[in-house]
Amino acid sequence: MKELDDIQKRLIEEIADLHEVPVGAYNFRANSELAGRNTTANIDIISKTDKSGIDIKIKPGTRKESVHIPVVISASGIKETVYNDFYIGEDSDVVIVAGCGIDNCGNQDSQHDGIHRFFVGKGAKVKYVEKHYGSGNGAGKRLLNPVTEVYMEEDSYMEMEMVQIKGVDSTDRKTVAELKAGAKMVVHERLMTHEEQYAMSTYDIALNGDGSSADVVSRSVARDKSYQKLDLCVKGNAACSGHTECDSIIMDSGTILAVPALEANSVDAMLVHEAAIGKIAGEQLDKLMSLGLTEAEAEEQIINGFLR
Amino acid sequence: MLELKGLSFEVEENGSSVEIIKDLDLTIEDNKFTVITGPNGGGKSTLAKLIAGLKKPTGGKILFDGTDITDMSITDRAKLGIGYAFQQPVRFKGIRVIDLMKMAAGHDIQFKEACAYLAEVGLCARDYINREVNASLSGGELKRIEIATVIARKTKLSLFDEPEAGIDLWSFQNLTKIFENMRKDKDNGSVVIISHQERILRIADEIVVLADGKISRKGTADEILPQILGTDAAVSSCAMLD
Repeated sequence: MKELDDIQKRLIEEIADLHEVPVGAYNFRANSELAGRNTTANIDIISKTDKSGIDIKIKPGTRKESVHIPVVISASGIKETVYNDFYIGEDSDVVIVAGCGIDNCGNQDSQHDGIHRFFVGKGAKVKYVEKHYGSGNGAGKRLLNPVTEVYMEEDSYMEMEMVQIKGVDSTDRKTVAELKAGAKMVVHERLMTHEEQYAMSTYDIALNGDGSSADVVSRSVARDKSYQKLDLCVKGNAACSGHTECDSIIMDSGTILAVPALEANSVDAMLVHEAAIGKIAGEQLDKLMSLGLTEAEAEEQIINGFLR
Repeated sequence: MLELKGLSFEVEENGSSVEIIKDLDLTIEDNKFTVITGPNGGGKSTLAKLIAGLKKPTGGKILFDGTDITDMSITDRAKLGIGYAFQQPVRFKGIRVIDLMKMAAGHDIQFKEACAYLAEVGLCARDYINREVNASLSGGELKRIEIATVIARKTKLSLFDEPEAGIDLWSFQNLTKIFENMRKDKDNGSVVIISHQERILRIADEIVVLADGKISRKGTADEILPQILGTDAAVSSCAMLD
């Protein structure tokens, strides 16, 4: 494992809650270079030869193992597109922690576009955590445009936690999923934008098999002059159930555009969408202020809870 | 000591102004258990909100231990020692019971301390501290948690706005015990409860009957109860029928 500098260590802490080298398989990428890798008997990580990126191969039946693949960028002016493919064997049960932290103190933009594809085997169970974080006060922007494709075999389960709370100037996230019979997908997205940041998040989920289901809950906060567009589309192509929820808090001069879309192509598809945008409720502020918090402290607590 | 001097509150309604609280004078002594009762629409909840700072009076003064708090924010009043339990507990997405208890106590409390406050309102901490304070909790549970947040603050003055509102009779039988315990424990400072419940009225040091924005009667439970129980004093204030 290469020695990481202090900025890189801080970024890793932010995106992966890691203070030291994790147990299990990992692949650390720092400033576009491999900084460390570990494989296990059940989890192999292989560098791609035709383009930048890795293949993560998890053997069938692998249980209670984890893979960490954090990416950090601490130099200004790096632009990269990385292709990571996850092959998750049948009946395995694993945790995958990805995420990208960019610290940009320079004047040039830094950009990481991670293209992740998940091939989730029959009956496999995956928990995927992805955190994005930006810091640094240079004029150069911090840009992240992740694409996540999920292909789920029968009776597989995938839980995704997608978090972007701070410091990313512009993001265009795309998540595409196709689910076979009995597959279940649960997504919790948390998004907060500040200043003049721009965030777009698009979901396109196709429920193709009988008994498949998706539950996508997006909670977001737009502050200052930031802009968010949330575009959630679920297609019911079989006897399936889909639920999406966009719940947003708008502050200052923020803008939020929520575009819910449901497409039922089967008479047995049950699809539900909920969307709400509003400022922090006055009574919530009143309650916390009556406990002795200032208005600013109350706001912070309400947002922290909302984005938990 | 809380002193209300010539307190008024007016609102604009359909172009004309309506007086909700009318030139009201009231003193709440330290370590007293006061119950404010009276007909619906008489101004009780408004009075509590004026004291806690959720509404600003249009006339008069509010003094707390001699300090004029009339123009103070909710936060500053809370810091001075005024606690206020909402009639309709507020719900939060993502904020857990333990988070709310920490904010109320003003420091990072441990399980044991949270347990003590929740036990006082008849809730088992183990079942509740990690629950979100949202619609997944029943009206009675939210109400108990609301009361626990005020207990945890250990304020000199605690205001409870209709703790019985929205609670079934059985749950309320248990809730009244909380106030009976508060009554016994003088460390709780002054307690002001807005209530219509006879069991609460019976344990009052002083009962204040508020009707049509004014105090219509005031005195000990022995003096006031016979006047209002079994009469329409607490339910009717229609001038046309007088």
